[in-house]
Amino acid sequence: MIPYILRRLASTIPVLAFVALFVFLLLRLTPGDPAVLIAGDQATTAQIETIREQLGLNRPLVEQLVSWVGQLARGDLGRSVFSDMEVTRLIGLRVEPTAMLALVALVMALAIALPLGTIAAVKAGSAVDRAVMAFAMLGFSSPVFVVAFLLVYVFALTLGWFPTQGYVPLSQGLLPCLNSLVLPGLALAMLYASLLARITRASLLEVLSEDYVRTAHAKGVRPQRVVLRHALKNAAIPIVTVVGVGIAALLGGVVVTETVFNIPGLGRLTTDAILRRDYPVVQGLILVFSVIYVVVNLLVDLSYVLFDPRIRY
Amino acid sequence: MMLLTRRMTMAAAAMAMTMASLPALAQSVLKVRPFGDLRTLDPMTTSDYMVRNHGYMVYDMLFAQDSSGAIKPQMVASYSTAPDGLTWTFVLRDGLTFHDNQPVTAADVVASLKRWGEKDGLGQQLMAHTASLTATDPKTVTLVLKDRWGLVLDALGKPSSMLPVIMPARIAATPSNQNITDAVGSGPFMLVKEEWSPGAKIVYAKAPMYQPRPETADGLAGGKQAKVDRVEWLIMPDAQTALNALQAGEIDIFEELPPDMIGIARKNPKIAIAKLSALQGVFRMNQSQPPFNNQKLRQAILRLVDQEQTLRAYVDDKALFTNCPSFYMCDSPYFTKSGWPSPDAAAAKKLVSESGYKGEKIVLLDATETALSPHTLVVAQMMRDIGLNVDYQAMDWGTLSSRRTSKNPVEQGGWSAFLSGPAAPDMSEPLGHLALRSNCDKAWFGWPCDDEIEKLRASFTTAPDIEGRKTIARQVQERALETVPYVSVGQFWLVRGHQANLAGLLTPGVPVYWNVAKSR
Repeated sequence: MIPYILRRLASTIPVLAFVALFVFLLLRLTPGDPAVLIAGDQATTAQIETIREQLGLNRPLVEQLVSWVGQLARGDLGRSVFSDMEVTRLIGLRVEPTAMLALVALVMALAIALPLGTIAAVKAGSAVDRAVMAFAMLGFSSPVFVVAFLLVYVFALTLGWFPTQGYVPLSQGLLPCLNSLVLPGLALAMLYASLLARITRASLLEVLSEDYVRTAHAKGVRPQRVVLRHALKNAAIPIVTVVGVGIAALLGGVVVTETVFNIPGLGRLTTDAILRRDYPVVQGLILVFSVIYVVVNLLVDLSYVLFDPRIRY
Repeated sequence: MMLLTRRMTMAAAAMAMTMASLPALAQSVLKVRPFGDLRTLDPMTTSDYMVRNHGYMVYDMLFAQDSSGAIKPQMVASYSTAPDGLTWTFVLRDGLTFHDNQPVTAADVVASLKRWGEKDGLGQQLMAHTASLTATDPKTVTLVLKDRWGLVLDALGKPSSMLPVIMPARIAATPSNQNITDAVGSGPFMLVKEEWSPGAKIVYAKAPMYQPRPETADGLAGGKQAKVDRVEWLIMPDAQTALNALQAGEIDIFEELPPDMIGIARKNPKIAIAKLSALQGVFRMNQSQPPFNNQKLRQAILRLVDQEQTLRAYVDDKALFTNCPSFYMCDSPYFTKSGWPSPDAAAAKKLVSESGYKGEKIVLLDATETALSPHTLVVAQMMRDIGLNVDYQAMDWGTLSSRRTSKNPVEQGGWSAFLSGPAAPDMSEPLGHLALRSNCDKAWFGWPCDDEIEKLRASFTTAPDIEGRKTIARQVQERALETVPYVSVGQFWLVRGHQANLAGLLTPGVPVYWNVAKSR
């Protein structure tokens, strides 16, 4: 397995290199200039030029690229042109809220999707099945920000059960932290849960028609046991695959959710950095997101062994 | 028994987690959603208003402007001027202390003012007129001018960017082309740097060593009493999120409440609405390129713009805007209506015809997320109505602020006009006026060029008294009505929403948080 992991990790290097080059060029081709934003509304052209010079933005594009690649090779993502803070430190400060939000959303999505998908498969064609699929369709087609504002209106502003915004760090207690993540987690989980519920249903339906399931029923095994112990495990591989693929959707959703719920995570950092044309931060974040995506998919592939002993790496 | 023990353990753990999350009960915390984020800690190196506001939290100044616009002593106990008007002596108040518990000395003042004088426009002028600036003794600063210069107090009590704040000499020794990183000041609040998270939160604590003046707080002057233990600036980019937080009582103040949310906030009895600061809407034309390098065409725009119409597009509440036919803010001592024409579309159309305009494209930039966007749409339609070929281009502020630096023709990424909203302190008198400056390449984007305005602005600093300065301000306006460096689309108020249990909020045009008390 280790050679496989190493091979997979090595194959990510050209991918990351391409992503890095693409992001670098994309940012430079986007209209906007961080020096102008830093200088403020009253700055003169000369003051802006001075800042541009200090930040190295007046150097030729190739020179800037070579300098950045050199930094990357040393594990240095550079410094934010806006706050002058190291990008790695800036990202480090924002990892916890995003990781917690993603974790809560993932747990919520699985808690919603697995039972609903299973019930829909077992009761295929019934009113319950149609209701679950309607819920999945609604969840999948509702934009995250619409779901978010509806949740805030009902559960925060009207009922007052949860805060409207903000993140309580883990250092201030697990319960307050989780309390601050209920609504954003739910808003983010909806899309993910809808996708997973549909996949769970489809995958389970296929497994439930297998011979060994019929045999288990014929042997008198209780229906719940047949579904939960035998069928669900064999239906797991497509579900786990979608969990992995869905991480990309989750990361995209984090950007919106963190803005709507004012969570100071990587998503907020991304939008702020883009609006300020903070090139080093955007570049660093895209690379980090790419690495997360690659690693999650690798973990998903490795987890297949747990569900199907025939798979060997 | 074992079950009981496990339950007790779980209950104790839950209680411990809850207790850990409770804030210190004795602390009163003012939670504010500011309009932006804090980029740097140095109020002497940038005109960024957030950095200026940070400056007011942490630092103090020798003089400050009161609500009537008068400059009053702040760190200064007394001052005197020699009969020749050249030698000024300032004596510091007793008990002035930096946040590192070191006394504020005249040497700190000299070092700070010299650093400020390298960067700020007014500071540079003061230094250009200065023969010497010295610490005569630990509490006395002596300023000797080369020639008579009438704006010494105005410069030292300058209300907006860049602020002549006083910092320890060891920090003021930082070259003015580098930002300071140590925010030790002698103001009413101290920065809690370890809690500063860029893009998320900035925390200030009450400075126990600060000695406020005995007078009542008035504008930016008077006693700066910190009446809360902490002020937290919570950065929230989304206005709807901030409004939700205000309605739920999670924040105390929402700076710059968008006009379309004022109605919602007013319906909530727990929320009060107050004016925050006045802005002037500036329709800025690019004079380095056709068609606005044509003076007649600029005069046509001046004649065209009906402030009432553009202001109503921003907010339909007369209390929140002022039809202000002047280049100066209406409540400025230099306000004058002299020569200002009444809006007349027919006259504007005639001027367009006289200008020789041949349908050249006018690229109008609009940052749609800003307060000025509704004004822009109205002006665009007014221009189309008199036959101008307007190419309206919507974008974000980041793109606009970069695009406006271009002097290229519109076909090569240039621009013809945009709207901006400078704050009152930058639009109140000829010298510091952002948009009246007509010194060509050194002027604000749009680069108007007029020797006569520049001569008048220079003479403003040597006028003997306020009446003399008012006369010059009027002359500048009359000349600017001919050259039209920009067109004012009116004066309007930014609004703050706050919890009704707050008392003592000041409205000096700059958001400041001393004097604010929070009742239960």
